[in-house]
Amino acid sequence: MSKAAEIDIVSVSKVYGSTTAVHSISLKIPSGSYCCFLGPSGCGKTSTLRMIAGHESISSGDIRLGNIVVTDFPPAKRGTAMMFQSYALFPHLDLVDNVAFSLKMKGVERQERRGKALEMLKLMQMEPYANRRPAQLSGGQQQRVALARALITDPEALLLDEPLSALDPFLKIRMRAELKKLQKSLGITFVHVTHSQEEAMALADIIVIMNDGRIEQAAHPREVFERPATAFVARFMGDHNVLTGRVVESGEGKVTLEVAEGQAFTVAGPAQQPGAPIDIGVRTDRVRLAAPAEKTLGFNGVVTNVEYRGASVKITVAGAGSDDFTVIATDADYFEKPVSVGDAVPLSWGLEDAVLLGRLAA
Amino acid sequence: MTAAITEDDTQIDAAGKAGFAANIGKMSSHVASYLQAVPLALILGFFFLLPILTIAVVSFWDYDFAGLYPDFLTMNYTDTLGSWVTWKTYLNTLKYTVMVWGLTLLIGFWVAYFLAFHIRTTTMQMVLFLVCTVPFLTSNIIRMISWIPVLGRNGLVNTTLIEMGVIPQPIEWLLYSDFAVILAMVHLNTLFMVTPIFNTLMRIDRSLIEAARDAGANGRQILWNVIIPLAKPGIAIGSIFVVTLVTADFSTVQVMSGGQSASVALMMKNQMSLLQYPAAAANAVVLLIVVLLMVAAILRVVDIRKEL
Repeated sequence: MSKAAEIDIVSVSKVYGSTTAVHSISLKIPSGSYCCFLGPSGCGKTSTLRMIAGHESISSGDIRLGNIVVTDFPPAKRGTAMMFQSYALFPHLDLVDNVAFSLKMKGVERQERRGKALEMLKLMQMEPYANRRPAQLSGGQQQRVALARALITDPEALLLDEPLSALDPFLKIRMRAELKKLQKSLGITFVHVTHSQEEAMALADIIVIMNDGRIEQAAHPREVFERPATAFVARFMGDHNVLTGRVVESGEGKVTLEVAEGQAFTVAGPAQQPGAPIDIGVRTDRVRLAAPAEKTLGFNGVVTNVEYRGASVKITVAGAGSDDFTVIATDADYFEKPVSVGDAVPLSWGLEDAVLLGRLAA
Repeated sequence: MTAAITEDDTQIDAAGKAGFAANIGKMSSHVASYLQAVPLALILGFFFLLPILTIAVVSFWDYDFAGLYPDFLTMNYTDTLGSWVTWKTYLNTLKYTVMVWGLTLLIGFWVAYFLAFHIRTTTMQMVLFLVCTVPFLTSNIIRMISWIPVLGRNGLVNTTLIEMGVIPQPIEWLLYSDFAVILAMVHLNTLFMVTPIFNTLMRIDRSLIEAARDAGANGRQILWNVIIPLAKPGIAIGSIFVVTLVTADFSTVQVMSGGQSASVALMMKNQMSLLQYPAAAANAVVLLIVVLLMVAAILRVVDIRKEL
């Protein structure tokens, strides 16, 4: 059960009629890693997962699992197993038969397959419910059964399509921890599709952020958080404010840009063509409500919203061409010098808190 | 003393009044729900229960060529059940029922399966389903009679085959035979099988089929292990329709067999035309019991409560 496969996706596209759901993406998922596909709905993440699983034909490109090109293989021959969004447990079968289903399809004897299924249910701590039907289980229990059913095929990679979306918030966090633990103990590759940033950050070894059928960034969560590759990633992950402008000056490892409203900002980065459009990201939790030491590391804005969140306060400011420039202040900092809606406030940050965001070649 | 008594009285009075009011409230809510149930109860009582009771009562009456005589005789039953003809007729009806049930199930399931799984757009599914119902725009009798020019001795099929040189002389068993009866019955009743099965197939979560494929099931295994088990309620409902309709049929048997075959309902019709109402009633009661047993057997095999 410990053989894990590297998944290699080579310029894979998916075309439905005249619309392209996935634009020639390439990605290597190392064996035994937990990979999360993250993105808004319709970004192509589920199509990609289904192409890896074999439930969707690949329009062009290839997918390799381990050393085998599986592009034209049926799902069961790929060494992958899929866990479906609504779990897709067979309502007419009890849990043992649900888990034993793939063994039955292979023609394994009834006694043997039921024995193996019971073992798998025991692993998932679902043995006491073995003779129940799926409808008699809670969401979390159904998920465990779905996992048991997927894992009984002894897959090299487990593909999970929004596995936690049907659960309530508390259960989500618990099952998330269980998934991570399971992946660690089995050591197989997990590919998990989600639209929750928090979930991806908590689980993944690699986060693959997709938008509009393209991969915006594929990296370790820390990398994604600290150095978002594009404006989309910065906005989608929500930890950076994005300022868009044109390069006015660059050199000595610094770039200065001017936004449409006229303010200039400096960011560390390689030299750029003057006049080129450029985006920078500013960490929301590093912005201070104080006058900047350097003119190009801050601006003055008007508070449009204040949200109290307990340990932190989220302040939304309009200015520098942004309607929702977000500042996450600690509660101590905020209550020391509270602001309210309509106040004009100075904002500032350090040079190391801003990152230069790239643009995807269209 | 007097004052105390009057006080007591008023107290009792007050309590009584309060209790009475509460009772009225309770009663009126009871009455209201009964009143709401009355119209349907009346309709079912007059048009369903009363006729059945009448048949049951009449089945014990005496009769001769001139009239019916209220009585309590088991003669009608012993006559019916003691006659070899009755048993043969029941067996014949059963034969039709089983064959028509099997054929409508086979054809109906595949039509429903095709509509549900092979037609991709909902619009097209609805259009094709409506096409299936088109024959129902004409009456049963007309649809049945239309077979006669097709199957007759000099009908469409025979003349075509002769002209093509496939057969030297007309096939005799095409019309006025068991073949014709079963053909017409299948034609008349298949839609009753298609509709409920189509309905259950449409409700099958498509991800179940993907899950089965993911588990390595091939098309036949998916059909046998996932689709058919989940379609059982629809199959049961369709079977009840077809079984009850076929066992109660007399016109198809009469017309398509040309009077050479009999069914229980046809036997009853003949008894009625001879004014042997009590005998027909006894037959009806026996047939009712047989049909109810068949329906009960179907319900025992399949739990259709999920569907209702």
